[in-house]
Amino acid sequence: MTNSIAEFEDSGCIFIIGSNTSACHPLIARRVFRAKEKGAKLIVADPRNIQMARFADVAVQQRLGSDVALLNGMMHIILKNGWHDKTYIENRTEGFEDFEAVVESYTPDKVETITGVAQSDLEKMAELYAVNSPAALLYAMGITQHTTGVDNVKSCCNLAMLCGNVGVRSGGVNPLRGQNNVQGACDMGGLPNVYPAYQPVTAEANNEKFSKAWGKPLSDKIGYTITDMIQAINDGKLKALYIVGENPKLSDPNQNHIDDALGKLDLLICQDIFLSETAEKADLVFAAVSVAEKEGTFTNTERRCMKVNKAIDPLGNTLNDWDIISRLSTEMGYEMHYENPEEIFNEMAALTPSYGGMTYERLGLDGLQWPCPNAEHPGTPFLHKDQFTRGKGLFHAIEYLDPAEMPDEEYPYWLTTGRMFAHYHTGTMTRASKHLDTEQKTGYVEINPKDAKALGVNDGDIVHLATRRGETKVPAKVSKMVEPGVFFVPFHFAESPANILTNSAFDPIAKIPEFKVCAVKIEKAA
Amino acid sequence: MDFKIIPSTCSYCGTGCGVLFQVMDGRLVDTLPMKTHPVNQGRLCIKGWNLHEHVISEKRLKSPLIKKDGELQETTWDEAIKTAADGLKAVIKDHGPDSVAVLASAKITNEENYLVQKFARAVVGTNNVDHCARL
Repeated sequence: MTNSIAEFEDSGCIFIIGSNTSACHPLIARRVFRAKEKGAKLIVADPRNIQMARFADVAVQQRLGSDVALLNGMMHIILKNGWHDKTYIENRTEGFEDFEAVVESYTPDKVETITGVAQSDLEKMAELYAVNSPAALLYAMGITQHTTGVDNVKSCCNLAMLCGNVGVRSGGVNPLRGQNNVQGACDMGGLPNVYPAYQPVTAEANNEKFSKAWGKPLSDKIGYTITDMIQAINDGKLKALYIVGENPKLSDPNQNHIDDALGKLDLLICQDIFLSETAEKADLVFAAVSVAEKEGTFTNTERRCMKVNKAIDPLGNTLNDWDIISRLSTEMGYEMHYENPEEIFNEMAALTPSYGGMTYERLGLDGLQWPCPNAEHPGTPFLHKDQFTRGKGLFHAIEYLDPAEMPDEEYPYWLTTGRMFAHYHTGTMTRASKHLDTEQKTGYVEINPKDAKALGVNDGDIVHLATRRGETKVPAKVSKMVEPGVFFVPFHFAESPANILTNSAFDPIAKIPEFKVCAVKIEKAA
Repeated sequence: MDFKIIPSTCSYCGTGCGVLFQVMDGRLVDTLPMKTHPVNQGRLCIKGWNLHEHVISEKRLKSPLIKKDGELQETTWDEAIKTAADGLKAVIKDHGPDSVAVLASAKITNEENYLVQKFARAVVGTNNVDHCARL
């Protein structure tokens, strides 16, 4: 996030797009409700009729995968009315002319055809966002999990820059991260192209710096993304996979394809706290400890690095993840010995400029927000204050593109996937929790009452869902959460897996799969 | 009776709420919200209130496992680590370091993620390291 969670309370307008905030980030939704109480305007755009929509000044249900057209349409109206921040655009950005030329063609009429959003609603969205500064834009996987994920994000940035909302308190472009330490995993260099703090592996100076610190020559060749890995296994190029704390068999698209690929490996090692669906396929399983049995840090969605403290001793014969990795390294001939996580943190901070001023002592109970480059630095609540990290903010001229798969005669309906409030990701943690399991014990598919009637399906009936990738049976949940012709399946449930259905087509730059849109056929199970 | 309260951070979503683990006689018994925390200010969601439940679940793995005769069986850490190291070394020897990949995790700590990528880059010798940020 460019900004901080607490700042949303003082926003003039909050625009939520592609985030089911009250279900998936309830304590961020709370700040939105508080902002409303203080007079902020709320805009919600989501293909489903999510709870946040009930509190909105304007709420729309855009057609799945039509976000670029929707955002371009808002910006078209803002420009036509002269609501854009001309001084900000002049002083702080570049690329405006090319961008303006593309947006020019996204008339409300054209946008209504693509998105299904009424012109009057689009005009209201544009006005509320543009005239109630500072406006904060919040998004989640509804924006990113598309073949046009990068285009969608850039369009969000275009909108924020157009109205001068980047680099100001209570504004910004704010992706709500879905996992506790997904920000930290990226910051720490858990990516194939960068060392910690996004230092590219291809730059000679970085290679030299890390090579010196770690005492080994290092590769400057960019590695495989998770999406590339599956292909590389099938091509016979990838032979061994070591998976720490993930369950790709359930979380990746086109599950049948992954299952085949994992079976072709010479060696699969999994490290987890539960025997996940992926770990069941492993040659070796390292039993790790949970959050309550370890010390360390997590970095949340607002870049706040916070302490995790050991409450109880490791259960059974389990080990800390850092201890397992150290032992494995040493056994492989690279001596790795640490006394405790603090020693690792200090080594990391010395190589990671944005964390350079952090120590366990300074983190205290509240944590620190990066960048925090030196011991006196108080941390950074919002980014790009006087100038963008790259200097000038760059507008991108972006045309709308269709999703990779659209409904047709054979697969006539839209399918989308996501989370529900009581469960989390592949359910390995929440389904093992008694009180959360009680809230929702099985998978389901949301069906609009009109479709249910046409298909002869009652609430709780088992329906058969099929896409070009696979098929599954799941109980129907008749609900106005979805529009007619659109179906929603949560991906937490291994026995009715959403990702046997989803499309593995991915964004060419971010390599993120299109979990949010595919074509499906549905019938009542015999 | 020995009762302790340990401040920590919730490990579900990316919001990062401050929690207090309640520990009685060495057992984790409950989770409370941290009142002073800048993110959650004394509140939690349903997942946060029940954070301790997955920790003490009967389904937790209690020992390293090794596949023998097609079945995963309990083993010692020494055997698990040695088998893994030998297997990885053999693959690297036969097919080169880029035939190995490592998945880091959005669930483990920064310290552990730092070590996972250090392991891939310095020990194996590959940049084949990614995690599920895309998923």
